[in-house]
Parts: sequence; C-alpha cells; structure tokens
Amino acid sequence: MFEFLLRMGDNTLVLGHRVSEWCGHAPVLEEDIALANISLDLIGQTRLWLGLAGEVEGQGRDADALAFRRDVWDFRNLLICERPNRDFGHTLMRQFLFDLWHFERLSDLSLSVDDRIAGIAAKCVKEADYHLERSKDLIVRLGDGTVESHSKMQTALTALWPYIGEMFTDDALDAKMADAGIAPLPSSQHVRFHKALNETLAAATLMRPTNDFAQMGGRSGTHTEDLGHMLATMQFLQRAYPDARW
Amino acid sequence: MANDWPLWEVFIRGQYGLSHRHVGSLHAPDAEMAMLNARDVYTRRNEGMSIWVVKSADVTASAPSRKGPMFDPSNDKTYRHPTFFDIPDDVESM
Repeated sequence: MFEFLLRMGDNTLVLGHRVSEWCGHAPVLEEDIALANISLDLIGQTRLWLGLAGEVEGQGRDADALAFRRDVWDFRNLLICERPNRDFGHTLMRQFLFDLWHFERLSDLSLSVDDRIAGIAAKCVKEADYHLERSKDLIVRLGDGTVESHSKMQTALTALWPYIGEMFTDDALDAKMADAGIAPLPSSQHVRFHKALNETLAAATLMRPTNDFAQMGGRSGTHTEDLGHMLATMQFLQRAYPDARW
Repeated sequence: MANDWPLWEVFIRGQYGLSHRHVGSLHAPDAEMAMLNARDVYTRRNEGMSIWVVKSADVTASAPSRKGPMFDPSNDKTYRHPTFFDIPDDVESM
C-alpha cells in the first residue's frame, strides 16, 4: 500500500515540479499563470498522496519528509513525469499524455474499496478533468496550427512516445492492489487511453508513431539521469538546512 | 505573440444573487481560450460561480470629456436620491 501511494504521489510531485520550472518563463502571461496553477494543483495532490503514504508507513515521515528526504532510487513516478521541459510544445505534449492517463486513473480510483484512496481520487479527478480539457485543447490548436507548431508537436509526440507503455504495464504490486479491490490493473486502462488518444491526434492532425518500444523502470525506482538533476534543485534547501522552517 | 491576440474583458459573478463584476482583462486568441485563461488568471481563490468574457473592442465606453452632461447628479434635487428609506438589517447585498 505504501509503495502504491508513493507511485501516485511521486507522479504528481515530479511532474508538478517540472511544470513549476516554467514559472516566469512561459511564452505569454496567461499561459504562465495557467502552468503555475497546474503545478500547484499537482503539488497539492502530492500532499494528499504522500501524507497518506506517511500515515500508512507509520515511521513518522510526513509528506515533506517523503518529498525532500528520499533519493532518486526511492522515487516511484512514471518516467514521463521527469522528462525535461525542452520547448513549450514538448511540455504541453507531456502534460496531455499524462493528463489523459491521470484522469482515467483517478476516475477508476474514486471507486476504490479503500475510502481514503477513493476520497483523494474523487477530489483530484476534478482538477485532472480541467487539466485534460486545457491540454487537449492546446494539442489540437498547435497540432492543427501553423507548419512550425505542427512540426514541434509531432517531434514532441515522437520523443515522448516510448514513455507511454510504462503507464499500462502491470507488475506484482499492481496485481495485489487489483486483487484487494484497491486499484484496477494499469493495463485495464490501455484500450480507453488509446481510443481517446487517437481521437485527439486525429483532430490535431498528428501522426501516431508506429514504434511500440517502451522505456520502463520509473515505477520500481530506475530513473533517467534527469530526475537526479531535478531533485538536486528541488531538495537543496532541506538537504543543506535540514528542518529549516519559515 | 500575445500582441496578435485580442484583449478580452473578464466578468465574474462571485455568488448567487449578485451581479457579474468586471475583474480585469487578458489576451486570448478566441472566446474558448479566453474562458480558460479567465478561469486560471482570475478564479483560483474560490471567487467565481460564473464567468463572462467579452472582447474589449465590443465594449462601447463613455468619453471622460462628457462627464458633466452624462453624470452631473443634480444634487440639489433631493427627491432623485432614495435616501429616505431605512433598509432592514435582514436585507443583504443591497
């Protein structure tokens, strides 16, 4: 259970931090604020998931301890969440693919037999619903936009494509969660995800890559180099000045 | 980029029973994006029940130079001002 909660909380923590890196740098003021809002939503969700994870673990660690005092190999997020921002199109494509998965996942989890998980999911799914509405809209606008925006979105889709497979790959922990009625198997989302994805890609005039290769490992702690760099920035204060408060 | 986008005026109704109030403006390429941007820029602290967005160019404004003819309230005509009524305490939001 602890491990499962880390998977949920680390996704939103790592992606939330990534998106926050845009703060003050987005191409227009309105997008800057929108991205900061999404980032804050995700970090707010992290507090719920990691807070519960700390409770379940029972070792006295709270959400902050879990966020700022674990090293790379203890993180359980999907690899797509830690991919660098690159350009704005790349960030939006990453957001859209995540939102599409996240919205479905939270919808399923809101039916969990565990009331605490169902409660958190029901709260977060409203935010995810809005995130998806926004990112889908932008994917269609930019994909079906100018020659330049189309080409940037296609490049982003191709670059992020190998990170989709990990979302739907079941492991032993997933099987245990599914047996207990806590969370359905990730693979059960696969068909719904790709159906919705195909519709959006068609509207955005983007080509679906044919390669099925999938990068794996995030959910069991094997990460890309980029996560280490991100944590170095994110965790600096608590590492250099442990227990600092203000 | 944002310079190509028209300006929109944003109106938000804070709660049922009140009217929409002008809260500010923003840039957006069309009405749908203006609505999403308005939600993100102006309603994140529980302010809103309802949002209107209107293209700024579609607003007809009065000219400051016409202030006298438009607004001079004729303060000497006391019967124009409904100040002789006591408003019961139970009436909110007048």
